[in-house]
Amino acid sequence: MASNHFQNNASASTLSGPPSTGDYITDSVFRAVALTCASLLILLLAYILWEIGGKALPAFKEQGLGFITGTTWNVNEGQFGVLPEIWGTLYSSLLALIIGGIFGVTIAIFLTQDFLGNRFAAVFRTIVELLAAIPSVVFGLWGIYVLIPLLRPAADWLHEHLGFIPLFGTELSGPGLAPAALVLAIMILPTVAAISVDAFRRIPYKVKEAAFGMGTTRWEAILKVMLPTASSGLLAALVLGFGRALGETMALAMLIGNNNQISLSLFAPADTLASLLASNFPEAGAVEVQALMYAAMVLLVITFVVNVIGLAVQQYTMRKFEGKK
Amino acid sequence: MSEIDLTLLANKQTALPSLHRQFLEPRAMKSGFLTALTWTIAALGSIPLFSVIYMLIIQGGARLDFEALTALPPAGFEDGGGFGNALVGTLVMVGIGGVISIPVGILAAVYLAVLGPHSKLAKTARFVAKTLTGFPSILAGVFTYAILVITFGYSALAGGVSLAVLMLPTVVLAAEEAMRQVPQKMTDAAYGMGCTRTQVILKVVLPTALPGILTGVMLAVAGAAGESAPLLFTALFSNYYISELMEPTASLSILIYNFSAMPFDNQIELAWAASLVLVLIVLVFNILARLLGRPKY
Repeated sequence: MASNHFQNNASASTLSGPPSTGDYITDSVFRAVALTCASLLILLLAYILWEIGGKALPAFKEQGLGFITGTTWNVNEGQFGVLPEIWGTLYSSLLALIIGGIFGVTIAIFLTQDFLGNRFAAVFRTIVELLAAIPSVVFGLWGIYVLIPLLRPAADWLHEHLGFIPLFGTELSGPGLAPAALVLAIMILPTVAAISVDAFRRIPYKVKEAAFGMGTTRWEAILKVMLPTASSGLLAALVLGFGRALGETMALAMLIGNNNQISLSLFAPADTLASLLASNFPEAGAVEVQALMYAAMVLLVITFVVNVIGLAVQQYTMRKFEGKK
Repeated sequence: MSEIDLTLLANKQTALPSLHRQFLEPRAMKSGFLTALTWTIAALGSIPLFSVIYMLIIQGGARLDFEALTALPPAGFEDGGGFGNALVGTLVMVGIGGVISIPVGILAAVYLAVLGPHSKLAKTARFVAKTLTGFPSILAGVFTYAILVITFGYSALAGGVSLAVLMLPTVVLAAEEAMRQVPQKMTDAAYGMGCTRTQVILKVVLPTALPGILTGVMLAVAGAAGESAPLLFTALFSNYYISELMEPTASLSILIYNFSAMPFDNQIELAWAASLVLVLIVLVFNILARLLGRPKY
């Protein structure tokens, strides 16, 4: 009876059996498609570099490296230089990094070093993550109608009383570097905080226990043990945050004032590479498009280098703590 | 016993440190001060979020009604109007981005996680995906401008493609991570039953990793919905409802950008209302991502 049962199933050949020809074909096709898709990812980056580079080539031939050191952007005379934009990009990102970095790392300490119970820590982490979810344009709008009016009295006071310091050398006449950098700081805060939290979490708990066992106060443990141990992870957080700040576009295009000048003043309008692209691209003619492609290439190279450094530091940290290859 | 010893020692005035917590000791005060500072910074850091939400609800909520959601954008001095076409445009372009990036992203992740996790190709692709996530979003716009807009002009399709470029790395990395979480035992069992690799992937790996993959997809969609930089010069803007994919198309984010710089109160109110809608869309997808992403195993 039992043997019959088996025979029946074997003859029906539905339950088990070697893969049919159809299965083999499906298998190879599917694997080929997956392989293609993975390669597409790499090709995409290559294609992006090729396209932007290719479109920038005429401008590169025309302008040479003078493009990077030039300070005028005059479409009619065909003069293009992006030094003020490079300056504005680096200056605004650096300011944002200082503010966002201090806040981000402190918030990471706040979340990981037993300041809050687990439940409250989760709530606070959600708040920080929600900050990352708010679109850039909405921050721009908020900056125009909330932050700038809020900053103006303080900025004017600083200019009036401390105007001899170059940082406060001009009045805040509306959009300018200070509101742009502040909004940028808010926008990179979640990135910095999230990566820093990871860095602190990676430290084995016994390290902290050992420090407390030696009789340190909470802050001695944090400053002398936790921070140095997490330092490479924190560095990665800061570098990747910086990379994010460099490429941020919309909020800056709305807040920085798009003024082609190099100034140390926090309240002067400035410009960044990304906001130059955003404000000039839609109405650009053929020659200007080439110059803008060149500017895009400069932005691409800067952010690429910063991001690769950040990723490398992050990788190094992971290896250090987990012995991962 | 030990207590007696301690008092004896204390009586003899030996140099034994006090074992009680002393709040006025310099190092304790320093610790207390820094703790207070941390609380202050954490509180300050959450102010912007609450301020943004408050403004969205007060300014945007006041103007959000059926007309705002369906009507066309008003011209200069007009009253009323809305952003119906921008809402539709955003959904269409995010849809195009998703249709392109989700299948490609998941298949690429299949290769990275299951088929050849240690191959040279996988390592390079992983690195590329990581660098692409840190890419300035405006460069996706510049790229799409170069490949599509120069030849075909501004269009919803170009906007969707530029969003796909941004969504792809997010989908790939999240889907790969999700597939790596699938227990080795399950795939081994499936191989042991004589499954081909494709059958293992389609019938075991993908269904098990589905929550994690969906989380990545939702996060990518949320990010794309809020993007504006790549749409600026790929989809441009339009004052009418979308009728075909190859024409300039409005989107919520570009509408906010355009209206924010206008000197008319009506437009600025609409910009706030559109921001509220945009943030709600982004939040809905974020919350979905959270709900779906709860680990099952």
